[in-house]
Amino acid sequence: MTVVEALLSQEPDEREATPEFEAAAARQESRRGFLMALPAYAYLVLFFAVPLIIVIVYSFATRNRFGGTDLSGWNLDSYAKLGEPIVRDILFRSVWLALLTTIICLVIAYPFAYFLSTRSPAIRNVMLVFVMIPFWTNFLVRNYAWRVILGNDGPFTRTTEALGLGEQELLFSQTAVVLGLVYGYLPFMILPLYAAVERIDHGLLEASRDLYASGYQSFRRVLLPLSMPGVIAGSILVFVPSLGAYVTPEILGGAKTTLLGSYIVTQFLTARNWPFGASLSFVLMAIMLVTTIIYFRKGGRTL
Amino acid sequence: MNSTPAVDIKGITKRFGDVVAVDNIDLEIADGEFFAMLGPSGCGKTTTLRMIAGLDFPTTGSLKIFGEEVGTLPPNKRPVNTVFQNYALFPHLNVIDNVAFGLRMQGVAKAGARKQAVEMIELVHLGGLENRKASQMSGGQQQRVALARALVNHPKVLLLDEPLGALDLKLRQEMQGELKRLQKELGISFVFVTHDQEEALTMSDRIAVMDEGKLLQVAKPEEIYERPANRFVADFIGQTNLLDGTVEDASTVCLANGARVRAKSSFPVGEKVAVSLRPERAQIAQRDDAVDGGSAVDGVVESVTYLGNARVYGIKLDWMDLEVREENRPGATLHEPGSQVTIAWDSEAVSVVAG
Ligand SMILES: Nc1ncnc2c1ncn2[C@@H]1O[C@H](COP(=O)(O)OP(=O)(O)O)[C@@H](O)[C@H]1O
Ligand SMILES: [Mg+2]
Repeated sequence: MTVVEALLSQEPDEREATPEFEAAAARQESRRGFLMALPAYAYLVLFFAVPLIIVIVYSFATRNRFGGTDLSGWNLDSYAKLGEPIVRDILFRSVWLALLTTIICLVIAYPFAYFLSTRSPAIRNVMLVFVMIPFWTNFLVRNYAWRVILGNDGPFTRTTEALGLGEQELLFSQTAVVLGLVYGYLPFMILPLYAAVERIDHGLLEASRDLYASGYQSFRRVLLPLSMPGVIAGSILVFVPSLGAYVTPEILGGAKTTLLGSYIVTQFLTARNWPFGASLSFVLMAIMLVTTIIYFRKGGRTL
Repeated sequence: MNSTPAVDIKGITKRFGDVVAVDNIDLEIADGEFFAMLGPSGCGKTTTLRMIAGLDFPTTGSLKIFGEEVGTLPPNKRPVNTVFQNYALFPHLNVIDNVAFGLRMQGVAKAGARKQAVEMIELVHLGGLENRKASQMSGGQQQRVALARALVNHPKVLLLDEPLGALDLKLRQEMQGELKRLQKELGISFVFVTHDQEEALTMSDRIAVMDEGKLLQVAKPEEIYERPANRFVADFIGQTNLLDGTVEDASTVCLANGARVRAKSSFPVGEKVAVSLRPERAQIAQRDDAVDGGSAVDGVVESVTYLGNARVYGIKLDWMDLEVREENRPGATLHEPGSQVTIAWDSEAVSVVAG
């Protein structure tokens, strides 16, 4: 019990604890909770629920001949369009690249988070600052920096040439996009993973080793299950923004690698097909929501 | 029984940076022995245990388990298991999976491992709690799970790091008996770390007393109590009064106040020593009822502490304070604070330690 909880729990003890009193206290507690959460509720309704409803409404509307949207003649045309090969390709590619980004981040971040958790507090803090330093520079600027690094005659091609690997063109490829995404979202994987791994009692790993687990088994049977909350949180924090990423694919990906984010923007701005843009947005959101829920459920069972 | 020692430690030292946690110790633990390691906090008990388990490696020295040099063998390759000080139960597994863990890691099929785990859980009297999580159990129950989790692997040596330290007195006494019974039944060596001297005395075949990384004495409980190797051991094991003095001849010590008392020792004449007088070995008599045959000093009763089964008197001598314990027998004479008394003892009742 924390000090605060102890203080809070003291108060009712002094009065008589009848069932009526308990019920009244519970009611009061829930009313107080509601009042405190009110600003958050208002924010969510105003900036999340309302726009979401607008998006859903638009997705059933009709695009007129002039590129405008008629809020009439409700139909499922824009959802039917989702099955077209080009749209399907973009959907699959986006999911695949987001998944790849998540896995790469996980593979890089996990050993790092573990390493960090075994250092002295002073070293941990310094290294955590290093992890967060990139945030001090604008996201857009950092993406353009990668463009310079990977671009024609940039440090990357010059290095491959010097190594005798020939002039490797990485820019405007899926690889470049994944590289950019991993770079951009890696801290979102490291931080929750570190928080989860750091909490785990090192004695449990020793106990598993004492109980005949090899180093790998100790990781697989003890460390990984116990750090699952961090793995889940980190994966969601990387997967969700990667799936809807717009800036990085725009800057580092080529015309051949259109992803969902860019495609949605195109529907709204260039193609002026708002209902289709809305249905795409809705599907994107649905995928994110469903993955998140499944992931939490699955994780919840192993915790 | 096997004549090869279960654990054979030769000249082991363990340093952590500048800290010498274990300082050049030699130790042999026999197969089937209940062996206690006793010492104050920070004296290197845990470190010694961890080196046997393979969780720490010695800086120098040789460590053999049943004749096999295990110096830097990882813990999973050693036929020993540990009951950790804080139990270290896996919080994500229930009781049965905790207990079956070691077997599973050794490649025993799930069904077989669970079956053995259930039997072991019965053995430690936790039947019916197989599906509980560790966090849903009391300290005593967690302790039993930790025990079952180690024993199910049939280790040749079981290492226990202050396993009863966190339990309340009643439970601790119950578990002491149970551990002893298990050890007899299984016939394997238990290496039992504790800082509780009474626990060590009552449970062990032999005791090793440590201080500041050094091994001070390894002996049977009686010997440790009757013939402590030095002042520290005398003071640490049980209660004692240490009367400073110098050796006058092989059977006489001259105390700090000039009184001569009879006490056998093999120290050279003139050596500074202390006479260790256990509180229960001294007798109190009114000043004039002198007791003959032994040694005696005069003092004044300063305090009386009632313990139920005994009374402990604080006695003020001219040059130091003593504690004397008298069993609470019917008819025992009571000595009021302020009474002039003589403290007497039999010369066989004391031991002389370097001091
Ligand atoms: N990992 C470690 N790093 C540095 N010092 C340690 C470490 N482990 C133990 N020590 C030191 O070694 C000494 C013995 O510790 P320990 O074996 O845990 O004592 P005990 O179990 O008898 O209380 C202590 O001074 C402790 O501070
Ligand atoms: Mg210890």
